[in-house]
Amino acid sequence: MAVIEIQNLRKTYKTGFWRKTEKEGLKGISFEVREGEVFGCLGPNGAGKTTTLKILMGLIFPSGGTARILGMDIHDPRVKQQIGFLPEQPYLYDYLTPLELLEYYAGLSGVPARERRKRSEAALARAGMSEAANMPMRKCSKGMLQRVGIAQAIVHDPKVVFLDEPMSGLDPIGRREVRELIQSLHDEGKTVFFSTHILTDAEAICDRVAVLDRGELKGVDVVADLLSKARGKVEITWQGQPKIESIRAMSLDYHATGESVRAVVKEADTDRVVDAVRQAGARLVSVTPVHGALEEYFLAKVDAPKKEAEE
Amino acid sequence: MRARLALIAANTFREAVRDRVLYNLVFFALLMVAAAPLFGVISIGVEKIFMVNLGLAAIVLFGVVIAIFVGTGLVSKEIEKRTLYTVLARPVARWEFILGKYLGLAATLAVNTSCMAAGFFVAVAYVSVGLHAADVNLLVALYLIGLQLLVMTALAILFSSFSTPIFSAAFSFAMFVIGNFVEDMRGFAAMSGGPEGWLVRGLSYLVPNLGAMNVAAQVAHGQPVPGALILADTANALFYAVAALAAAVLIFERRDLK
Ligand SMILES: Nc1ncnc2c1ncn2[C@@H]1O[C@H](COP(=O)(O)OP(=O)(O)OP(=O)(O)O)[C@@H](O)[C@H]1O
Ligand SMILES: [Mg+2]
Repeated sequence: MAVIEIQNLRKTYKTGFWRKTEKEGLKGISFEVREGEVFGCLGPNGAGKTTTLKILMGLIFPSGGTARILGMDIHDPRVKQQIGFLPEQPYLYDYLTPLELLEYYAGLSGVPARERRKRSEAALARAGMSEAANMPMRKCSKGMLQRVGIAQAIVHDPKVVFLDEPMSGLDPIGRREVRELIQSLHDEGKTVFFSTHILTDAEAICDRVAVLDRGELKGVDVVADLLSKARGKVEITWQGQPKIESIRAMSLDYHATGESVRAVVKEADTDRVVDAVRQAGARLVSVTPVHGALEEYFLAKVDAPKKEAEE
Repeated sequence: MRARLALIAANTFREAVRDRVLYNLVFFALLMVAAAPLFGVISIGVEKIFMVNLGLAAIVLFGVVIAIFVGTGLVSKEIEKRTLYTVLARPVARWEFILGKYLGLAATLAVNTSCMAAGFFVAVAYVSVGLHAADVNLLVALYLIGLQLLVMTALAILFSSFSTPIFSAAFSFAMFVIGNFVEDMRGFAAMSGGPEGWLVRGLSYLVPNLGAMNVAAQVAHGQPVPGALILADTANALFYAVAALAAAVLIFERRDLK
């Protein structure tokens, strides 16, 4: 079942003093997110990720097209019971403490009064904010606010969770924790829709990704497929012989810095290259499968039209 | 729905308290205390009139300043700071948000005004050596002040739904001033006739008649307030508050959040 259905969604922003200048934030995008999926929305700055999320949350109104969540129109009040939302750089009431904020929000989402405290504490614990639960929010750091933002998105146990750049502002440990949190939401059978421009994060946790660029949808793909397509490349590094012509000829990428060389070759060629390195008397340093499949996909999707336009 | 309205109102009240809005009570208390020594130099009998006028004027002024300055920021600040995103992504309708905020500020003003009223009664009792039966009129005057504040809060929210906080505050304050001269405007219109007379008369029906809700002069002299006036004022205030809130909701309902 499709949990999120977006059809030909458009948003034209009117800017300027007389609201005469038009700016296309979304130029008609369509895709679906299935139940239980972790779905990543990728794209460079200004691609339209936040615009898409704000339309889905009913914060702004589309200029055209339709969007449905759980089979209901996005403006159906019942939709809001079932969804949680973390905005980009969450701004939260700074006169409250995280615990007060969560109890308030749990109440607004219809959590019965006697469960609010317990659920709020649990959500804060899940987001790694237990220790600062009673500290005034105006004293919280950016990463702490981000965690409170995540906690408020899940406090009412929603079926679908929308996260706009959930890892931004977090340290490496925090990012890993958020990845694990998304993973655990996935294990509970929830649908997670999130936006990011950090590709490795998307690669690690998404089932499928959509790539947006300047308001257009460039593609939707299953991450596992992408990874297997791109597998089959190996990076080999060695020291001592900067120029081994036989290897350079079969390399996809060959880069020498002083005595050190880094070459990317097809997986099938690995043995031949390693032999060639030994024969040349160089010291083999590493042989690693190339990662970053998503990055290639992303760059190809985002760059191709630019190149076409330039030609 | 009622539960959500109550939650939003309670949170608005909590914000006002934590933002130290109620600190104005300290100034009010100081004003009342500072006024006391003056009474020694004013002749007996006049001092109560003076006290009542000063007290009621101060209560209106403090209330209106809060209604305007907190009221204009009530919704617009939440849009500006984007704290609204996480609220409206919940099962909270936009009109519920506005109404909840309104009720929260109304509750804040009610508490604030009650505290000032208590201090005011102490001061009156002090200068007139105890309270008298006629002082019931003071309660009526306070009730009518409450009506004025309800109207001003609604207007502040309305203006801030389409304008910047500074303009909204200026508009609201202008409304408050003009609203206090509605009778004079109608008097002028009746005298002058002509197009400008019609214009002024039209305007006088557009703004709420706050002047009719100001009975300080009568009650200071111990005159009762006619029941018909209380009824008319109540109807008038409710009409303007509801109309202003409805207009604010209509504007806000279809608006893109920044
Ligand atoms: N309120 C607005 N008024 C005018 N234009 C806007 C507004 N909000 C967004 N835009 C424009 O719409 C486009 C998409 O913006 P959006 O915020 O959705 O991008 P994004 O993918 O979230 O980018 P980022 O990665 O930087 O967060 C941008 O070109 C932006 O300038
Ligand atoms: Mg964004």
